[in-house]
Amino acid sequence: MRIDFTINGIPKTVDVPENMPLLWVVRDVLNMKGTKFGCGQAACGACTVHIDGDAIRSCSFAAQYAQSKHITTIEGLSSGEKLHPVQQAWIEEIVPQCGYCQPGFMMSVANLLDKIPNPTDEEIDDNITNICRCGTYYRMRKAIHRAAEIKSSQL
Amino acid sequence: MEKKSINRRGFILKTGVGLGVLLGVGVVACGPLRRTIAQKVDEGGVGYKNEYEAYIWFELQQDGSVILHSPKVEMGQGIFTALAQIAAEELEMDFNNIKVVHATTNHGPIDALSTGGSLTVSTLYQPLRELASTMREMIKVNAAKLMGVPANTLTVKNGEVIGANAKLSFAEIATKSTDWHLKIENLVLKSKKDFTLIGKPIPRIDLVPKVKGETLYGIDSTFPDMLFGSVARPPVFGAVFKSAEAGNATNMPGVVKVIIEDSFAGVVAKSRVQAEDAKKALKINWIMPDKLVQQADVEALVKVGVGKDVIIQKEGNTAILKNEDTFTKEYYSPLGAHAHIEPNGSVAFYQDGKVVVKMSTQVAKITRDDVAKALKIDAENVDIQSQYLGGGFGRRLQTSHAIEAALMSKSVGKPVHVFFERTEEFQNGVLRPPTHNILKAKLDANGTIEALEHHTASADVAFNSAILANIFKPLSSSIAESLVGADFGAWRGGMIQYKNIKNYSTTAYHKELPFQTSWWRGLGLLANTFAIESFMDELAHHSKQDPLAFRLKHLPDDERGRSIKNVLKAACEKAGWGKSLPEGRAMGLACSIDVNTPVAQVAEVEIKNGQIKVKKVTCAIDPGIIINPDGVKAQTEGAIIMGLSATLFEEVTVKDGLATPNAFGYYPMAYLRDAPEIDVVLLSSGDNPRGVGEPPIGPIGAAIANAVFNLTGKRLNRIPLQSHIS
Repeated sequence: MRIDFTINGIPKTVDVPENMPLLWVVRDVLNMKGTKFGCGQAACGACTVHIDGDAIRSCSFAAQYAQSKHITTIEGLSSGEKLHPVQQAWIEEIVPQCGYCQPGFMMSVANLLDKIPNPTDEEIDDNITNICRCGTYYRMRKAIHRAAEIKSSQL
Repeated sequence: MEKKSINRRGFILKTGVGLGVLLGVGVVACGPLRRTIAQKVDEGGVGYKNEYEAYIWFELQQDGSVILHSPKVEMGQGIFTALAQIAAEELEMDFNNIKVVHATTNHGPIDALSTGGSLTVSTLYQPLRELASTMREMIKVNAAKLMGVPANTLTVKNGEVIGANAKLSFAEIATKSTDWHLKIENLVLKSKKDFTLIGKPIPRIDLVPKVKGETLYGIDSTFPDMLFGSVARPPVFGAVFKSAEAGNATNMPGVVKVIIEDSFAGVVAKSRVQAEDAKKALKINWIMPDKLVQQADVEALVKVGVGKDVIIQKEGNTAILKNEDTFTKEYYSPLGAHAHIEPNGSVAFYQDGKVVVKMSTQVAKITRDDVAKALKIDAENVDIQSQYLGGGFGRRLQTSHAIEAALMSKSVGKPVHVFFERTEEFQNGVLRPPTHNILKAKLDANGTIEALEHHTASADVAFNSAILANIFKPLSSSIAESLVGADFGAWRGGMIQYKNIKNYSTTAYHKELPFQTSWWRGLGLLANTFAIESFMDELAHHSKQDPLAFRLKHLPDDERGRSIKNVLKAACEKAGWGKSLPEGRAMGLACSIDVNTPVAQVAEVEIKNGQIKVKKVTCAIDPGIIINPDGVKAQTEGAIIMGLSATLFEEVTVKDGLATPNAFGYYPMAYLRDAPEIDVVLLSSGDNPRGVGEPPIGPIGAAIANAVFNLTGKRLNRIPLQSHIS
């Protein structure tokens, strides 16, 4: 099936089976490896991307529904050289260990801050439900609050 | 010439960190010998035998930067950063000009065994300093030739060699020197007081690429024109592949070839989805087990008193514990999963009798040898190219998928990528074994332990693994197993450290399960410490003594005992042990020592809507010389959260031969909402670094359970605690 969409601002056309998860389109067809496979069942969030401004777990999003959508991946989270406030905060707090789950977390957090600019701990708990197995959660919470600060200071 | 390569083979072999204590034992297994081996392993006296097949450690580039080929892999533990700090310290160069890459099996020093056991920094610290120091002296000698002055008049600082009248940068020396076959003698290593990089909390070297999503992991690896393989894996525990027919798979969309090998069947297709779909159409003939494994079978097999038993520790006489007034308690932990977020995967490209495999692995050399054997080619024709690991935790010590990818690539003549679906990771991977512990003790009139017995039962950890055979080379696995008697992975953390007790013993029981169990972060450390430290707490409360004072009085005044006492005191002081807490809160204390690194933790908990909430963990750890304090803190925080997750939530059970659950979401793990505040206190005693990755996972289970007891008066003796609170 022929599908057109934009990814990180660039128009793309792919010809893939309609049921192919968007994750594999991004990773295997477009060869963009920043979006990760973790479980294939929308349970861990490693594959989180933004589709038309919503955080979506791309392992469970069929390619056919990407028609005409605007997709953002970790590679497109920052604009140009300047890192996104979430990435800046992640660097300040030295969050990643193995780092594999982190793109998914950063995409989820970036979307949370778009919707709730200054989230409480409870709002973070309710909205950030990805899984990190290295156990970076303690630093991550600090980084989320820090990212909110950086983002609001840039407004 | 593009760049200078320096071959220091002879030097590296000489400074290898192998310890031959276990080799040459060659006598019939007997009790005292086993106990000697067990004690040496517990006290870190027997390092796993590290042999480096050294080719190139360092490359000096024409721009003056240095590439360090790491024999150990980066799976989040921060070793690339620590190794770069150690090397740059002796090289006297700017930290930002050193780059660390994974050595491949055909290029660079490869650890003959594994990355694991919290051994990377502790075993590489000295050899890497010697290597870097040699490299610095070689640079200095060549600078001296270029300047026409004696080398001993020069100093090296910040990537420059400085003389009385001139200086040369590493870049100039690299560009202008032609002969690097230099013999360096009389090395002098920097003294601790002169360190400028070791001990600094430098942000991890892989931080920015990881934050940008640029880091490539094993599963991300590609080759041009890569195809996708899917392998049919056994449907239940105990099922074995017999034969297969292609069925309709051959004609399905995208299918390139149906592959039927001696040990497995699979499909190679143009896309992953097509390979997965076609796999379902294969007709596989499995040899099924006589009886499907059930949870009751697992519980009956892993039980104190069942299987081979070996006394691994014995002091005095514990006969007194046969009396009826003995204080006896039992503890349990369940099967668990590694749940690393990057599933195992690899891409192999077989061409002209040689194969290259890119993957995440903790055992590059063992994998190389396994692939060579499966393809019937020489090991030097297999190049395993380790990538960054999306978590290790012990799961990447079994790497059969590399063989699958290699065989499939050979069959289709193109690169093939193979990976494990998440359900396959649960069902066809390896699990953490369940455990059962019984502890018995008798207190005298003063509340001092007169005698203590520990009985610990587990399924395979070190046994039945390729690593054991490699540690005990040239002995076979089965001889090695009978020699050590007890699975030392399973009883890790199981030794009694309270050596002021006059009479004590530890007995390990081992029984294989009808499916694979193996290494998991810390091995037996979490479960054994949960048992011992819960028991110590029970004894303290039973005799109305403060749990801290009770522990301190049973720890001896030798170096090891003092090191545990120091972390206990440091953690309690920082946490405010004994202070009054808000209503509904309580603290619990526990400690352990692993790879000679003592750790103590105080957990502060509350219970809300029936849920145990760990609010704060204060941890004191003494890993010796600290290369990077932030890295040590990060590992400590991570181990605490992973251990908390296992303690509170995680459990796999077996039903009709199936691991249950077999998916994320259903397998309960700690989320961000479950993570406590963590306060890490760093102590640093001695002149060498000790392990960090695993030791801090030890006390967390008992610290939480002890806090729950202090809060509720209810003793939880089964992990996962949350399932047993109500």
